Amino acid sequence: MELLKKYPKLFQWLFLLAVFFALCFAIDVPETYKFIRGQAEFVKDPNQSAFVFLGKEVRYYAFDVFWRLPPLLGWLPIWINDSLFFLMNDWMPMEFWNEDTQEYKTRPLVLQITRNLTAFMTFLIELIREILLGGLETIVAFTSWDWIDANPWAELPGLPWTIVAAGSAILAYKLGGKGLALYALLSMTYISIFGQWKPSMQTLSFILVAAPLSFIFGLGLGVAAYKSKRVEKALYPILLVMQTMPQYAVLVPALVLFGVGDHAAVIITMIVAVPPMILLTLLGLRAVPQEVIEAGRMSGCSNWQLMSKVLIPTARRDILIGVNQVIMVCFSMAVISAFIGAKGLGFNLLLALNQLNIGLALEAGLCISLIAILLDKMSLAWANKQVDYFGNLNFFQRNKNSLFFGIIVIVGILLAYFGSIYFKDGYNYLFEVPHNKGISTADFWNKGVDWIFDTFFVYIKAFNTWLIVDVLQPMRALYLRMPAVATLVLVVGAGYLIGGVRSALVVCGLTLFIALSPWWDRALVTTYMATFGVLVSCTIGFTVGTLCFQNKHSTNFMLNVCDIFQTFPSFVYLIPVMMLFGITDTSVLIAVIVYATIPATRYTIEGLRSVPAGLHDAATMSGVTKIQRLFKIEFPLAFPHMMLGLNQTIVFALFMVIIGAFIGTEDLGQYILKALSDKKGAGIGLTLGICVAFIGLIFDNLIRTWVGQRKKHLGID
Amino acid sequence: MSEPVIKCQSVYKIFGANAERMLKEANGNVDAKTFQENGCIVGVNNASFEVSKGEMLVVMGLSGSGKSTLLRCISRLTDATGGKIFIEGQDLLNLNNKELIDLRRNKMGMVFQSFALLPHKTVLENIAFPLQIKGIKTEDSINKAMDMVKLVGLDGRENYFPRELSGGQQQRVGIARSLAVEPDIWFLDEPFSALDPLIRKEMQDEFLRLQEKLQKTIMFITHDFDEALKLADRIAIMKDGIIEQLDTPANIVLNPATEYVRKFTEEVPREKVLLIKDVMDEITSDDMGDIKVSKDEIIENVAEKILTQEKTVAVTDGKNNIVGSINPAKIINTVFGGRKNNH
Repeated sequence: MELLKKYPKLFQWLFLLAVFFALCFAIDVPETYKFIRGQAEFVKDPNQSAFVFLGKEVRYYAFDVFWRLPPLLGWLPIWINDSLFFLMNDWMPMEFWNEDTQEYKTRPLVLQITRNLTAFMTFLIELIREILLGGLETIVAFTSWDWIDANPWAELPGLPWTIVAAGSAILAYKLGGKGLALYALLSMTYISIFGQWKPSMQTLSFILVAAPLSFIFGLGLGVAAYKSKRVEKALYPILLVMQTMPQYAVLVPALVLFGVGDHAAVIITMIVAVPPMILLTLLGLRAVPQEVIEAGRMSGCSNWQLMSKVLIPTARRDILIGVNQVIMVCFSMAVISAFIGAKGLGFNLLLALNQLNIGLALEAGLCISLIAILLDKMSLAWANKQVDYFGNLNFFQRNKNSLFFGIIVIVGILLAYFGSIYFKDGYNYLFEVPHNKGISTADFWNKGVDWIFDTFFVYIKAFNTWLIVDVLQPMRALYLRMPAVATLVLVVGAGYLIGGVRSALVVCGLTLFIALSPWWDRALVTTYMATFGVLVSCTIGFTVGTLCFQNKHSTNFMLNVCDIFQTFPSFVYLIPVMMLFGITDTSVLIAVIVYATIPATRYTIEGLRSVPAGLHDAATMSGVTKIQRLFKIEFPLAFPHMMLGLNQTIVFALFMVIIGAFIGTEDLGQYILKALSDKKGAGIGLTLGICVAFIGLIFDNLIRTWVGQRKKHLGID
Repeated sequence: MSEPVIKCQSVYKIFGANAERMLKEANGNVDAKTFQENGCIVGVNNASFEVSKGEMLVVMGLSGSGKSTLLRCISRLTDATGGKIFIEGQDLLNLNNKELIDLRRNKMGMVFQSFALLPHKTVLENIAFPLQIKGIKTEDSINKAMDMVKLVGLDGRENYFPRELSGGQQQRVGIARSLAVEPDIWFLDEPFSALDPLIRKEMQDEFLRLQEKLQKTIMFITHDFDEALKLADRIAIMKDGIIEQLDTPANIVLNPATEYVRKFTEEVPREKVLLIKDVMDEITSDDMGDIKVSKDEIIENVAEKILTQEKTVAVTDGKNNIVGSINPAKIINTVFGGRKNNH
């Protein structure tokens, strides 16, 4: 009784767990229940029950409501799908002037809008692409195909790779100094020599459109949300869902709206990349001290000047993190959007992964990462650039970079010209090294993989078998064994204990949505994989973070490692694990673990770092040992921040689990991937995406509420 | 007398949803308590005063007394809920946005407690900022900013970033920035409160030196009574949004209007605050010695001279005319008398 008084919360939790397990044992598995593999539920089957809602027929396998809720929301994907089709094909037909046929044509409004949007995006991408690689499309856009036929000379020639490489080095030098210039030169040369030039430039042209557009929209909307409460309120739910929505899931509806190709990829990338940019812009602007704003006002700033010269520059740190995120998302999407026909490295990467040509995949992945790091560093350097007012430079000094670039252009053209003479019969290597005609290390890597596989086959197989049979399968079975009611009780109870009625209601709503969708089982599998990944990631991340924190150098080293790893597009993580573990759940989970360990480690270090130095000293003066200090002072104080890391870890893990569908998992991701190739997949894809997002949001809500209370309790910010 | 530079008539600032309606209903009789019960907080309560050209008004009050709010009303960083404010005869509250910006660009400068420097700009860029906002060419604004750097004694550090400077140096930048457009009116919001005592004293002296040279019209906010005494031409003491007393330092020390004001004056060393003219008597026919003292001397500086005389001493003005007299007993009385706790 005394214990109960001392730890009331503990007993409440124990009670909740007791109820949960009681429910689990009380409700038996129905005899007819089995996990539905493949797409079986879309096949008609006399055992299925059915209901009709809003004119949509929903078929499902009925169970006791305590075991599995009926999919009352099963009509939603079909309804979304039909609405989309209606919007695209039948809603508001209007007369539009058609340039090509020179006549008015009737077209639905939405279709016309999306087609114009895609045409604009395509133009932008093609423009940059043809500057880099050469082509006709841009000139055609200004004239016509007939004109091109009549003037065969009219073609953008494209830049020789030497000019692009040297040019990027000069730009890097101007922005960030010698180190960055060297990095730019080396990576560009590498890309060229290894025959990845064309796909790399295709990817680059895609990014150079998607990233600035995402930045501008994100910044603009962030500013709008800062200025108007109403805009912020309208954006908030979208931002929240998009934070945990797997990038995959956005592909499907966008496919319907914008079709297949690079332009659709740009639009999807914007949809994914803009929300974090908005959030970080808003966060940064909010953090600008009141007095700085007043100082700006008293200096006589107009509203526009206040925003552009005071608020945004002062909020630069957070906005830069936003830029970094945008670039990361862009590269991530550059790969993922290969599913909907974007050209470039991503396409090659997917192709190579599909053919299990790990060496080729590795080369493509490396190129993506090299460009990603380069752009990231350059944007950072650009934002931190300084003006020198007292340079007193002469004309040459002031324009040396431009002059130098001019020289490079001439030299590059001359080189390309000589190249065309020298390599008369074959390819002009000084103009562009054709794809797969450069040096390739793919064979080496493939042989290496084979060697590793042959040599360690027994061990890898044994580990793999052990993990799957003894750990993963039982865990998965346990998750699937949970009756829906028990899960609901557990989640809602946790919500109530952590955040009261409000939290309980939110969490209950989110869980119900998933439970009432047709994919509860799949969601359980997703959750099980994510849980496993998160558990291991957190254990590794917290341990590594804590150990590294003991020493200043290792702290900085680890943060840098996290930075670099974070720049890799998520798909790249699949390459090495597939090398070792082939196409199994183990591969997916190890990729999940590697990917999700980054935020766990980073937040642990940052959390420990945020412990005030004064407390540190006070503890030392109280005569604590290092271990005592860690457990009594640092962990309790850093814990809220570390929990935010857990939150990020969950989001990262969910993303990777979904991407893991590419290797072949049996969770929500598998259906999302399938929806991509389904003509009527838009509604399904979107609903599945929302389900995944909601899984993330359930944890997000619980963790954030808890952290908020804990911080208040500890009096941190 | 010419028109006052700043003129406030019954200025109110009330925070809360129904502030304006409640103010109207209160009919000029604002009671903080009733307002608070209705969810409104009274920031400034019926402030009326004038500041004339070249004068330094120091507004003194503890935190939450509404002194910063009053300053923000006059600089229109927040809009006053009621009353009228005139800046050189212009009705401040009726200015449109463009006129307000014009006014700030040309007439006003402000220094902030936490310096409020732009973290992404160097010292020089920070100082040149108001000039560039005005649209002055980069070269000219940089040259002007360089002059200001020299004025506040930061030469050699013009390319530092704020984070690389000490607090005192940062505030010098803040001061230089507020003076860059050569404003007529200078607002200082607790400019030295975030500084160490020694640095604070140094900055106060520096500030007096600057003011000697520039002769701006100043509103200076502080919570430090000693600072107020040291700097002010006149002091306004605020409590709960109300100006308790507005007078010269000497009068505040000698005749505190309320109990609240008196508490502040208790510990003040009078000989350091009062001037001879504040305590001198009329010209008497008494025998006066050869020694004369100026009426503008601080008592502390001449007390020894007078006390060793044992005679009444003549007080002169700037032109060496005798304008009054003072005897040693008066000095002793001023310095040691009139303070309850010292008996």
